[in-house]
Amino acid sequence: MSVMTGDEKHSEASTSTLDVLWTLYDRVLRVDPDRLDDPDRDRFFLSKGHGPMAYYAVLATKGFIDPAVLAGFSTAESPLGHHPDRRRIPGVEISSGSLGQGLALGIGSAIALGLSCSAGRVFVLMGDGELDEGSSHEAIAVAGRLGIGRLTTVVIDNQSSTLGWPGGIASRFAVEGWTTRVVDGRNHDAIEGALTATHVDVPLAVVAEVGRKP
Amino acid sequence: MSETMRDRFSSVATDLLLRDKKAVVVLAAIGASSFTDAPKTVRNRIIDVGIREQAMIGVAGGLALEGFRPIVMSYTPFLVERPFEQIKLSLTHQGVHATLVSIGGSWDASTEGRTHQAPEDVAVMSTLPGWTIHVPGTSDEAEQALRLAHESSTSHYIRLSGDQNAASVDVRPGAISILRRGSDHGPTVLAVGPISDAVLEAVERTDATVLYTNVPRPIDADGLRAEVVGSEIVVVEPYLVGTSVAQVAAALSDRPMRIKAIGVTDPELSHYGTPRELRAVHGLDTDGIRTALEHGIAQVAS
Repeated sequence: MSVMTGDEKHSEASTSTLDVLWTLYDRVLRVDPDRLDDPDRDRFFLSKGHGPMAYYAVLATKGFIDPAVLAGFSTAESPLGHHPDRRRIPGVEISSGSLGQGLALGIGSAIALGLSCSAGRVFVLMGDGELDEGSSHEAIAVAGRLGIGRLTTVVIDNQSSTLGWPGGIASRFAVEGWTTRVVDGRNHDAIEGALTATHVDVPLAVVAEVGRKP
Repeated sequence: MSETMRDRFSSVATDLLLRDKKAVVVLAAIGASSFTDAPKTVRNRIIDVGIREQAMIGVAGGLALEGFRPIVMSYTPFLVERPFEQIKLSLTHQGVHATLVSIGGSWDASTEGRTHQAPEDVAVMSTLPGWTIHVPGTSDEAEQALRLAHESSTSHYIRLSGDQNAASVDVRPGAISILRRGSDHGPTVLAVGPISDAVLEAVERTDATVLYTNVPRPIDADGLRAEVVGSEIVVVEPYLVGTSVAQVAAALSDRPMRIKAIGVTDPELSHYGTPRELRAVHGLDTDGIRTALEHGIAQVAS
């Protein structure tokens, strides 16, 4: 991550996701860089898009992209921008950056996987600030009401929401019918346990608390 | 009375669901009642997200990412304007495709007022690359557009209207056709979609040539160049005035042409009544178009 410079304003957005991203790719996601089009693969959507340095580092470590490209981060020759582009980076399922887009995409993808009888699951990573977007709440409601069981959302809570979430982020999902877990966003075992929790016919929301840097 | 475009849409979309397992209809409450009698075998591919238009487009984008072919329908402002960023990012920017179908157009929601009207829709959708925009003039043309869009591998916006012309134009989809041949010295009038019958009536006593298209994007530039006569062309569209002037100008850029436009000039009319009455207030009934043509012609000149 240290070789990717130029987007320091989103360093916290990046480092706050690192443990969850690593746990997803190392322990949870059924993905293979040699089978990018496997219809039964799990889908991972980095909805918030911001601070993708951790995402790129994990993709490089797991063989999706050449680690040598990391140092060119955001240069004219690089496929790696400050927000990921699915058309330029192997293994990146959605282009993102504008907050509040990814969860609805995840719902559509999950519905499609169900219609196709795929074994794939959908994991969407959001930020607590991203939850401020109204589109996020449309999607939270839709996923809960439609019972999108193969959908998991992990919310990185680094307390960047401007007005905060009284009652906790998890309650916002729970009221719409989601199963919820709240975990230490730095504890890999806890993250894995939450992300693999059973949730039949209802979506799962995992709130990964990482705290805000002093 | 002929079948409405909206009714035709429902029956054709249901047929596409039956024929194609990758077809999926995505709705935001509006239009859901049209599918309550759909066969049980396709009901799991009719997805109603409730009154959540951003989610509607986002869900369609996710389905398209997985190789499904979404057909999304709603009222024009709720389909095009409210979730425009989702159309831009969850469809176009992802490199995936859908068919968006709007109802209401410019004045069909005549009693509902401005909140349910979007004469800017074609102009707004024109800002996105790669979209084909259909403005069918009849239910048959609407069916043709929907089937063509569904079979394609690109994105389409189909603007359904309450107004219909008396007869369909049987031409290659998207091609410019000739409805009326005037003299070589008269003006050329290009009519788009369901306004062409009014245009034909309006020019009855003139020597104007009337051309027709139901696909303003991309406009059939070769056809336009081949059929335009004279040095003046008037573009008549049933939505925001001047929407297609730039495309017409580009097609005829090597000719000394005056290009004028007739269309909706004031989306903020704050006027009610029947669709026919509201259309007349916009000056887009036969009398209004005739008056515009007679008075030096148009509302916008380039």
